[in-house]
Amino acid sequence: MLRLGDVLLVTLQGDLHDSTAQQLQQDLAETISSSGARGVVIDISGVEIVDSFLGRVLAEIAGQTELLAARTVVVGMRPAVAITLVELGLTLPGVHTALSTEVAMELLAEHAPSHRYGGLRRESL
Amino acid sequence: MPDQAEGTAGSPTHEVRDFLRRRREQIAQRWADEPLFRAVFTVSRDEAVEAGKAVVDALAQVADAARVEDPDAAGFTTVREQLARMGAARSRAGLSTAQVSGEMAALRPPVENLLLADLPDASAEHSRACVTTLSVLMGTLRVVVMQTALSEGQALIDRQRLQLLEVATPVIKLWDGIVAVPLIGTLDSARSQVVMETLLESIVEQQARYAILDITGVPTVDSLVAQHLMKTVAAARLMGAECIVSGIRPAIAQTMVHLGLDLGTVVTRASLADALGYVLHQLGVGIVNPGTNGTVTR
Amino acid sequence: MPTTAGAQARLPIRSDMDLVWVRQHVRQAAAQLGFGLVDQTKLVTAASELARNTLVYGGGGTMETETVTESGTQGLRLTFSDEGPGIADLEQALSDGFTSGGGLGMGLGGARRLVHDFSIESDPGTGTTVRVTSWVGRAPRPREES
Repeated sequence: MLRLGDVLLVTLQGDLHDSTAQQLQQDLAETISSSGARGVVIDISGVEIVDSFLGRVLAEIAGQTELLAARTVVVGMRPAVAITLVELGLTLPGVHTALSTEVAMELLAEHAPSHRYGGLRRESL
Repeated sequence: MPDQAEGTAGSPTHEVRDFLRRRREQIAQRWADEPLFRAVFTVSRDEAVEAGKAVVDALAQVADAARVEDPDAAGFTTVREQLARMGAARSRAGLSTAQVSGEMAALRPPVENLLLADLPDASAEHSRACVTTLSVLMGTLRVVVMQTALSEGQALIDRQRLQLLEVATPVIKLWDGIVAVPLIGTLDSARSQVVMETLLESIVEQQARYAILDITGVPTVDSLVAQHLMKTVAAARLMGAECIVSGIRPAIAQTMVHLGLDLGTVVTRASLADALGYVLHQLGVGIVNPGTNGTVTR
Repeated sequence: MPTTAGAQARLPIRSDMDLVWVRQHVRQAAAQLGFGLVDQTKLVTAASELARNTLVYGGGGTMETETVTESGTQGLRLTFSDEGPGIADLEQALSDGFTSGGGLGMGLGGARRLVHDFSIESDPGTGTTVRVTSWVGRAPRPREES
């Protein structure tokens, strides 16, 4: 987990154990609330399969970051993975997506103004 | 039953097997003179003889297993590829399947003559049984060759169909970050799969944030096609791209309403130009009509 | 006969870790048979769903893989068996959104859409067997009306 300004960058790779995915979900929630990060970028370009379990974990991460006033962007899903997820019936409607980390950072920057108020208050302390 | 004297011993199948082993060389030599072998092995007669021996060995093995009527007998596996090559070579030379089959049939008489020559003292009944067995075996060999030829043909058709699908699915880069696929013809499930894969791959290659699926050339949109379109749009979104469907002709729009088809949240536009305009607007690209500032660019 | 050579194998499904083995084995077998990348991904994902079902609802079991041939086309067949409680209402278990174990309920119904052939046998009390087959180079079957 890497921190770039107020964005957390997570890179997932290879075949994930269910327990690793769940651990990540927990860690992210804690890090966001302790660091005040405004965005999470999860790069899954190195992930070969996303089944309903990992799909659910991604959806839940997106949901919980939203509750913590942050936004999650899932980046770099492979075409074969996307086709399979759709066929499986999982379109992850609540999850924001982007083609690359750069685009994701832009999206988060555009999204930032609505959070500025909270940010300003913290800065004024 | 006591052992019978050698020579006439055993069942016709074993008689034929022993004959094939004994006369391996001669059979191969005679086959090498037949049109089929001559036409395939034009360079070296020795090669033709070797190929012939391999086929004789296979036949002997099949006879040994007493499976003369079974094209799936294990004995044939070793020569299947060789037979396929021979059959394919004849097809390429312009022969019809029936002609190849005829050439295969021509391999039988020389073997039959050799067999009869080997059975001068056998009873008429035994000779007839042996010849029948050989005929059945040679017939099975013909079936094997035809099977292989057909499956080769099928594989060729499959490959061509796939190539055709790929050719029929061009992905066009319209602008930095915008790709378009003009779909022409019917969308069945094989075609949709290729369209989806091609479009998604190009989204990655071009880092395209927008993709336009133009269905002007699609004759009808039924529920299956609508489903394919929605799946493609959903998959593109998962990758981080927005997909716009354009070219829904009034007649198609009417049918879709009639059928109660709903493209859900998919962004649609009447024409490819409208879709491009929408995307450029989204990207914040302005278009200036050259007429308004007096400059004519042409 | 269970062997480790080629696609023929029998793998235990007892833990999280076994799911990873199942996915890797199916991926390898599918690649060897010549499945394209998308079809590989679909089959591996289906295997992951079914293996998780075996683990979570069946209390563990096995996956058997074998290569099958039908009129010249090769396919990969996966059989998941458990001796768990079984499924009382198959119709309901196959419908989307149905779950008794905290997933998104895409397990069985979802896996069925990712393969060409799908069959399931289950008797309450004796366990469940799910058998799926996908064929190399065959177009995906059209999704039934949902």
